[in-house]
Amino acid sequence: MDSLIDNWTARINDAAGRGGKLAIRGGGSKTFYGGREQGERLDVGAYRGIVAYEPTELVISARAGTPLVELNATLAEKGQWLAFEPPHFAPTATVGGMLASGLSGPRRQAVGAVRDFVLGAKLLNGLGEVLSFGGQVMKNVAGYDVSRLLAGSLGTLGVLLEVSLKVLPLPLAEKSLRFAIDEGTALQKLNQWGGRPLPISASAWHDGILMLRLSGAAAAVAAAERLLAGEGVDAAEAEAYWRSLREQTHAFFAGDAPLWRLSLPSVAPPQGFGATLIEWGGAQRWLRAGDARALRSAAAKAGGHATLFRGDDALKAAVGVFQPLPAPLAQIHRNLKHAFDPQGVFNPGRMYPDF
Amino acid sequence: MSMPTTAERPFTVDRSLLIRRLREVLPAQALLFEEEDLRPYDCDGLTAFRQLPLLVALPEDEVQVQAILRICHELRAPVVARGAATGLSGGATPHPDGVLVALAKLKKIIRVDPVSRTAVVQPGVRNLAVSEAAAPYGLYYAPDPSSQIACTIGGNVAENSGGVHCLKYGLTVHNVLRVRGLSIEGEIVEFGNAALDAPGYDLLALINGSEGLLALITEVTVKLTPKPELAQVVVASFADVRRAGDAVASIIAAGIIPAGLEMMDRRAILAVEPYANAGYDMDAEALLLCESDGTPEEVAEEIGRMTTVLEKSGAAGIRVSQNEAERLRFWAGRKAAFPAVGRLTPDYLCMDGTIPRKHLADMLEAIATLSGKYALRCANVFHAGDGNLHPLIMYDANQPGELERATAFGAEILELSIHFGGTITGEHGVGIEKIDLMAEQFTLAEIGAFHRLKAAFDEHGLLNPGKGVPTLARCREYTLARVGGEQNPTNPMNAPRR
Repeated sequence: MDSLIDNWTARINDAAGRGGKLAIRGGGSKTFYGGREQGERLDVGAYRGIVAYEPTELVISARAGTPLVELNATLAEKGQWLAFEPPHFAPTATVGGMLASGLSGPRRQAVGAVRDFVLGAKLLNGLGEVLSFGGQVMKNVAGYDVSRLLAGSLGTLGVLLEVSLKVLPLPLAEKSLRFAIDEGTALQKLNQWGGRPLPISASAWHDGILMLRLSGAAAAVAAAERLLAGEGVDAAEAEAYWRSLREQTHAFFAGDAPLWRLSLPSVAPPQGFGATLIEWGGAQRWLRAGDARALRSAAAKAGGHATLFRGDDALKAAVGVFQPLPAPLAQIHRNLKHAFDPQGVFNPGRMYPDF
Repeated sequence: MSMPTTAERPFTVDRSLLIRRLREVLPAQALLFEEEDLRPYDCDGLTAFRQLPLLVALPEDEVQVQAILRICHELRAPVVARGAATGLSGGATPHPDGVLVALAKLKKIIRVDPVSRTAVVQPGVRNLAVSEAAAPYGLYYAPDPSSQIACTIGGNVAENSGGVHCLKYGLTVHNVLRVRGLSIEGEIVEFGNAALDAPGYDLLALINGSEGLLALITEVTVKLTPKPELAQVVVASFADVRRAGDAVASIIAAGIIPAGLEMMDRRAILAVEPYANAGYDMDAEALLLCESDGTPEEVAEEIGRMTTVLEKSGAAGIRVSQNEAERLRFWAGRKAAFPAVGRLTPDYLCMDGTIPRKHLADMLEAIATLSGKYALRCANVFHAGDGNLHPLIMYDANQPGELERATAFGAEILELSIHFGGTITGEHGVGIEKIDLMAEQFTLAEIGAFHRLKAAFDEHGLLNPGKGVPTLARCREYTLARVGGEQNPTNPMNAPRR
């Protein structure tokens, strides 16, 4: 494994010396996300394997190339899992790609995102240095929290080598419910329920149907089920439904039309813009149409932002993938990029066009 | 622990010019510069170290904070932010050449929104005040550091504070949605937003726990959590610490995430019980507090499972709180641990290492050995659920050599924390207290990366200089001193690391 790092270090130094660029790739499952890949391919999937896993510590450490399916299977054997339900998007998805993309699944609003479960990370930076941040313990405030910063950094700060994650026990019981209600009512209900101590672990509204998932102790799930009085959904059907949202295999996500993701305060009213799929209690809204400028301005006005989650390269180049940053934050971004990758070797343009 | 050396004080601040400039932007009462006025600001919760600032500024709003920063940036004067000064690592210890910006007057709760379950508050708002304001809506702010009556949200963000419920409810970083602040240039910056995430790098994660080195906080949006219908706590006593430590692992292994999981050793129990009358077993060698919360059905189920595990783990006695008053009484003991120990000793140092839970018992045994070696008493309270230790080393600063012995004792505990695969600080921060030990936990390359990260926010190093991250020169000095230092065969740190 060390020889892999030596090899990459040589390639980084070589690229840095001649103004070359490297496109880091793990399993290639999320290449569609972010700006177009540029530069020479640096395949890092071979750096794999679970380094440490002790269920009673609630921590797993794995090399970044470890397939996510392998990690999940290892945890499942001990009745544990990654509670933020990261999407795979392809069987080749890796732990490193999960962290670099920073994407979380249906349970995000209830338990937190990838970044909330990151305890530590090892990184190969643009100077060819192997750096270790955070660790394997639940609480750690020594040094800046670089491990969490790496979540969603899209490989722009370096090559992820190893990640330590907090894991949780699988829920003891689950039950999904269905309600036939319109968008406005669904948002209102979701925010109302969110303010009460109910074990809601996921929610989704689309096309007049609100789906709700309850998770936790059997007694708590049963009590909430009685209280909410929705139509019960068969367990296998529910499982398939939530998986289809996590993996974006649900019919809503099919086709080549651009996919926009609006990250909004859960209380933001319906935004218009046509067909919508709402998740995370109202905080994540998917759209298949809309003018970039109008979407971004509506999202900003509501207190959030809009991402061109899937789209062709021409559209990405024209409107940018991510919401533009205010000038002082953009400057901090460039400075941070420079701090980790002074020669600008890694994943240029994947996050913003200027680095 | 020592303040920056001359080499680390590259600031040549013209005091009278600075006063003149600040007077133009601040009301007269908002600027202190006479020694007797500065004296109350000479330390934070790390009282062992005191330092007068050059000046103290008491801004009343963000506009004044901005004006102060612009002037300090222009004149290259250090800036140290201070909230309630309850921090235990010296993060708010003044800089001798700098302005101490006390944010106590920014204490407005701007908005509590029960529908979006958020509150927008100024940095000087006390932690507990947020929960009090949210209580009418059945909501609260989850992170609950022991100092929550006094400590402020701005400080909580700066230190990424924890509390006794973080295993289940997370740290400050998990409960903050947005931080508005000012860069050292005086530019308004917003990290995070009203949604669950923000575009670009996760600067919100970075600002939490950054100890005032990256930006000055002027407003925070926190997440509010629905108050559980019911909470109950189990108090289990053990005849030896190893069994108590193993019980902690067994609870987690059973798939239980307690709302709180705390441990106290014999010396802590003996200190606390006469002070707080919590009803603890005075014969116990160790005591666990294990809390469950949720719906009444859920709590009954979980308390049943916890009790079974604790019994199997060999608990000598188990008591379950029967009502809210009793639950609060059981917690009152744990929460009073620091003041209770304070009654037994003129001074104490509070350590804050975190280790993997499986080493809890080994750590306690090692601390007992060190207590003998340094001839100083030590009481132990642990956030056992997260492996976060708070050994309280008792000493008397008026006895020659005791502070030095206590400091060396503490350093050995933190070195042991690293040895066991943990960290020197779980929630109190590095500040000045643990700055030298950073060289123990991080390589020179990692420290270098921290400095470059800092420079991305603060090119001239004006925000809280001398805290959090040691200079590379200081790391080298520390490492040299360690290598040449006493080789203690009982200290596993002397075994190769990693």
